[in-house]
Amino acid sequence: MDLNGKAKELLEAGDVKVVLGFEPGTAGVRRPAFVRKAGRTGRLVFDAACTQNLASYVTRKEVKRLGKVALVARPTTLRALLQLMAERQIQEQDILPLALDAAGQVVELPTAQAIEEHLALESSEIPARDRELLDRLGRMTRQERWDFWQGELSRCVKCYACRNSCPMCYCEHCTMDCNRPQWVPVPSHGLGNLEYHMVRSMHLAGRCVQCGDCGRACPVGIPIHLLTFNAEETVHAQFGQRAGASAKLDYALSTFRPDDKETFIR
Amino acid sequence: MADLYQLSAASLDALFTALQGDGRRILAPTDRDGRSELNPVHSAGEVAQDYIQTSLSAKETVFPKVEQLLSYDLAPGRVELAGATPRAEPTVVFGIRPCEAGGFQALDAVFNWDSRDAFFNARMANLAVIGIGCTRKDDACFCTSVGGGPGDTKGSDILLTPNPGGYLAEVLTDKGRAIQALAPELFAPAEAAGKAALLVDVPAAFDQPALTAGLPALFDGPLWDEQALRCIGCGACAFVCPTCVCFDIQEEADKQSGRRLRSWDSCGSSQFTLHASGHNPRATQGARWRQRVYHKFSYYPDRYGQLGCVGCGKCTRACPVDMNLKEHLVEASQATVEP
Repeated sequence: MDLNGKAKELLEAGDVKVVLGFEPGTAGVRRPAFVRKAGRTGRLVFDAACTQNLASYVTRKEVKRLGKVALVARPTTLRALLQLMAERQIQEQDILPLALDAAGQVVELPTAQAIEEHLALESSEIPARDRELLDRLGRMTRQERWDFWQGELSRCVKCYACRNSCPMCYCEHCTMDCNRPQWVPVPSHGLGNLEYHMVRSMHLAGRCVQCGDCGRACPVGIPIHLLTFNAEETVHAQFGQRAGASAKLDYALSTFRPDDKETFIR
Repeated sequence: MADLYQLSAASLDALFTALQGDGRRILAPTDRDGRSELNPVHSAGEVAQDYIQTSLSAKETVFPKVEQLLSYDLAPGRVELAGATPRAEPTVVFGIRPCEAGGFQALDAVFNWDSRDAFFNARMANLAVIGIGCTRKDDACFCTSVGGGPGDTKGSDILLTPNPGGYLAEVLTDKGRAIQALAPELFAPAEAAGKAALLVDVPAAFDQPALTAGLPALFDGPLWDEQALRCIGCGACAFVCPTCVCFDIQEEADKQSGRRLRSWDSCGSSQFTLHASGHNPRATQGARWRQRVYHKFSYYPDRYGQLGCVGCGKCTRACPVDMNLKEHLVEASQATVEP
């Protein structure tokens, strides 16, 4: 079944209250669309231009209030949903992911197990261009890398588009917004920008589902996703875990095992 | 009435040299990975050729993203207070669009409303604007719906309109005449004919006076929550906006010394109106989105007799989720006429 047909069927049956998918926006871009009436599903599209990770909406209180959501999902959206389940932010009955199978047909993935099985069919490789940029950064000396990020981060205006577009940045009260005590300087000066992005990439290490939405969201074009991509790759290399691989995942950086191979932790 | 001249394309370098010879910094759109941003340039060849708008706006030249207002040191029994001197280098902003040039007036309305802001005024006094009229547009543009236009002269000291020989130059203000006087030989007298034909046509998208008149009645309607569902509440729209003027005051201090900073803020942020009590009068994204629209199209006209929007469309281009302002205003306009 195609997406429009499936969305119509779900809304008519009352199985979900809203279908969250994509519609054509300004100059051919694809943007999020909240469809709540069966008669309005015709505007939904799902093609290669639909890049946004819509999982960032399912933890928003304005969206939770709408009722059960059917979510049009790309592979990284599904990873985000599993990671959100692992972090106990959503439950499988709250969300009905809609994904495309190999034949281009819409499939419902009503359980975490169904998502995991569907994802196993998909490659989890990051885009070639990002791989190339990461490799380039990896080949730099520490000083060159520092200079690169100093240059990039000096252009940051701290609009928090990267944070707010991230499906894993769901904290209702972000550390950046704490003012008693104030951990990180608010203004967008060198220190404020550096601390913000360092804290963000550390918080995303082992949790980043590598959708790249933070980089796409940046209004001044900083490739900020490379920081969290790199942290994710590092955690994978050290601990063998991928964020969003399973709905039952112990977070690598906060899990203790008595049989840990490192002696200092015992 | 503006003085009209012809400026050849080849003479821009000589103009830039004359401006720098006068001790002025030149900021102009330059290319960066397919985006355009305002940067210092030294020759005309560095200026981007193919741009509609820069990503950020020229407001940062007079209202930077962060600036120090004062600093202090604590000594036993006394406080040493030091005012900050605004860095206000003589600057020419070259090549911004008429919409953006018009934006300085909306900033001025706030920075010189009840008290006169020394930092803003020092920079404005040292700023001259050489705008370039628009021969291209995109789907985000709507200057003509908010009182502007692709050849609007408001806010520019000199406005250039591209023509086959280079540029038609309108010298509009004393600051513009001072620039002309640096290299008068570059400005050849020209006829006042045919400017409109050189510019792109931007049809009006909505009736702004009717929208402004209708907004108060729409305040409690469902439209704003509906429009804001996909808004993620970041500050990209506010920070790229040439007229968004909200700022935050931050104190960075330890036991011995401190400094007070002013930085950009955004009404789209959930913390913008959060009270110390925990109460938030704009508790939902819908309420915050409504504030953004009303501030620009209802409160600004009410308070300052002008709009808080110039129709440049930067917010639309910057928005990660395509909150298209023009489209939302058209929708609001339609709602004002429906019973």
